[in-house]
Amino acid sequence: MVESNNKPLLQVEDLRLHYRSAEGVVRAVDGVDLTIERNQALVLLGESGCGKSSLAKALLRLLPRNVESLAGRAWLDGEEVIGLGEEQFRRRVRWRRIAIVMQAAMNSLNPVVRVGAQVAEPLRVHYGWSRAKALDRAGETFQLVGIPTDFLIRYPFELSGGMRQRAVLAMALAASPELVILDEPTSALDGLTQANIMNVLKRIKQELHTSFLLITHDIATSSEIADQVALMYAGQIVEFSSARDFFRQPAHPYAQALLASVPRLRRKIRPEYIPGQPPSLIAPPAGCRFADRCPHRFERCSECPPMFDRAPGRKIRCWLEAAPSNLDRETP
Amino acid sequence: MSEFATGDGVNTKDATLLSVRQLRTWFELRRWGLLKVGDVRAVDGLDFEMRRGEAVAFVGESGCGKSSLARTLLGLYRPTAGSIWIEGEDMAGFDRHQLHLYRRKIGYVQQDPYAALPPFMQVRRILREPLIVHGNRDREDQERKIRAALREVRLEPPETYLTKFPHMLSGGQQQRVVIARALILKPALIIADEPVSMLDASVRVEILNLLRQIQQQRNLTLAFITHDLSTVRYFANRIMVMYAGQIVERAPVDTLLDQPRHPYTQALLEALPDPDPDNAQKIRRLPKGEPPSLVSPPSGCRFHPRCPHAIKGLCEIKPPPEFPIAPEHGAACWLNQPS
Repeated sequence: MVESNNKPLLQVEDLRLHYRSAEGVVRAVDGVDLTIERNQALVLLGESGCGKSSLAKALLRLLPRNVESLAGRAWLDGEEVIGLGEEQFRRRVRWRRIAIVMQAAMNSLNPVVRVGAQVAEPLRVHYGWSRAKALDRAGETFQLVGIPTDFLIRYPFELSGGMRQRAVLAMALAASPELVILDEPTSALDGLTQANIMNVLKRIKQELHTSFLLITHDIATSSEIADQVALMYAGQIVEFSSARDFFRQPAHPYAQALLASVPRLRRKIRPEYIPGQPPSLIAPPAGCRFADRCPHRFERCSECPPMFDRAPGRKIRCWLEAAPSNLDRETP
Repeated sequence: MSEFATGDGVNTKDATLLSVRQLRTWFELRRWGLLKVGDVRAVDGLDFEMRRGEAVAFVGESGCGKSSLARTLLGLYRPTAGSIWIEGEDMAGFDRHQLHLYRRKIGYVQQDPYAALPPFMQVRRILREPLIVHGNRDREDQERKIRAALREVRLEPPETYLTKFPHMLSGGQQQRVVIARALILKPALIIADEPVSMLDASVRVEILNLLRQIQQQRNLTLAFITHDLSTVRYFANRIMVMYAGQIVERAPVDTLLDQPRHPYTQALLEALPDPDPDNAQKIRRLPKGEPPSLVSPPSGCRFHPRCPHAIKGLCEIKPPPEFPIAPEHGAACWLNQPS
């Protein structure tokens, strides 16, 4: 287990990932700062196309070919990793220290290889372990995620959706990484199966002290594990708060509108949608990117707001934060 | 916002549009394509009615038979047994021609709008297609109807959208086109199979509002099929909960969400989170195991192997009938047997 010190586990500064496309440069990730503490779960929330999956891919450098530029810095336990050479990164960071469960990974299992062998494979490749030793470890991780070990010799089609999702989670956990990135781990699953996966994640977090970066658009499910929430909009983080503050008192107008759009099961509040659409990432507006849809818009919003510190560990990208007296003003 | 309120707007005159009796849709399971080894009992004995102008949500997990039910109602699968009465006729006995006429009465809103729209057709052509298929050859009339349908789904002005291809539209706009296509033949019944599960949170409510508004304005009947109970409260009048091919509980929306009586419904509701930071502190209690095989479902009550309240010597032997609890509220569970 990693010894504790004061440095955050992962600190990301001004991360930028731009893609080439026929229409121009797509600024998918456009200056993102993030901090993930040890044994904490950071939820990266955002709607489709906001750049949240690109951010995960940038962190692990699993990039497509049409990358225009990748810039910024990221310190993993104090060591800068964006500047590492590809070979160094592959050997020392990816999967060993930061593992990822990709979106729809449960459907990417090889249908003709037994699941145990698939979970054992990275151990054999990365560590050069024997087949037997790797399979033993695969069995241990299966128990961690709540799959009986006799499923090691089954094929993916013999497993239910929830089991397959737990199997790919086992694959990510096999090397005891410090950070696991989960990209939409439950969005293809039903309610009960979703709740079951979230239970498994909570237990792993308690038992192994693993940190998580959970990327999702599912606001209700994200509250199942979140310690911190980073809300992303059009390539930028617009709010970074503790889960308690974010879900109880969202500060950014987009955060407020987004939470109001979630249908509640236990409270009779009619959900409200957010009019309009997010801006293009090819030519994002010069000012605040949410301004067009924002009920609190005023003159300053034509300039790009910086991240304002509202409280220690709480940052909001909104001009309303600049003048505290403006906070409670009514919709114009 | 009273026009959205639940439980309203049901026309009591000639109220029943659709009446389903003992409906079964089974699929034969063959080994090597020859030897029959069993049946997948996707829909296994459903009884329900849908009134004109009401929205009914069919809720259940994947594999509970809700999509098979949708496809059976659409006439895409032939029922194995039972009847589907619509406007005085039994659809189960229809021949090809009658089915063709029947399909005019039903609009279908698919789950994935991008997959549901042909990528090589412009919106105008997509909306013209059903008119052509059902014999409308009048170009001017077609154009009028296409524009009216676009206006009805708030794609305005229609000229902006007529020549667009699906990939040029956002997910929400694509789903609006799908809804316009479902409406263009003026159906009596709309079947929406997970209409918003592919869309973002902020767009979901917009599309559900639209669907509900059109349904109420036109006094349409809406079958809203979903796995997500949380989206149901403001968008349906009644809920039917399905498990392993059967309806296990039915009730008006608020009753079902606030006073569920079947252990499966209770488990579903318990598993669904609301956004709440306290969720991270607790491990949810969930029923053990997974939904059963539809080839050889459990004896007795199909939920008994997972049920925390199963009564030994009863639940695994006798399938429970649906016990009435209140008007419109029933649950197929022995715990609700009147003593």
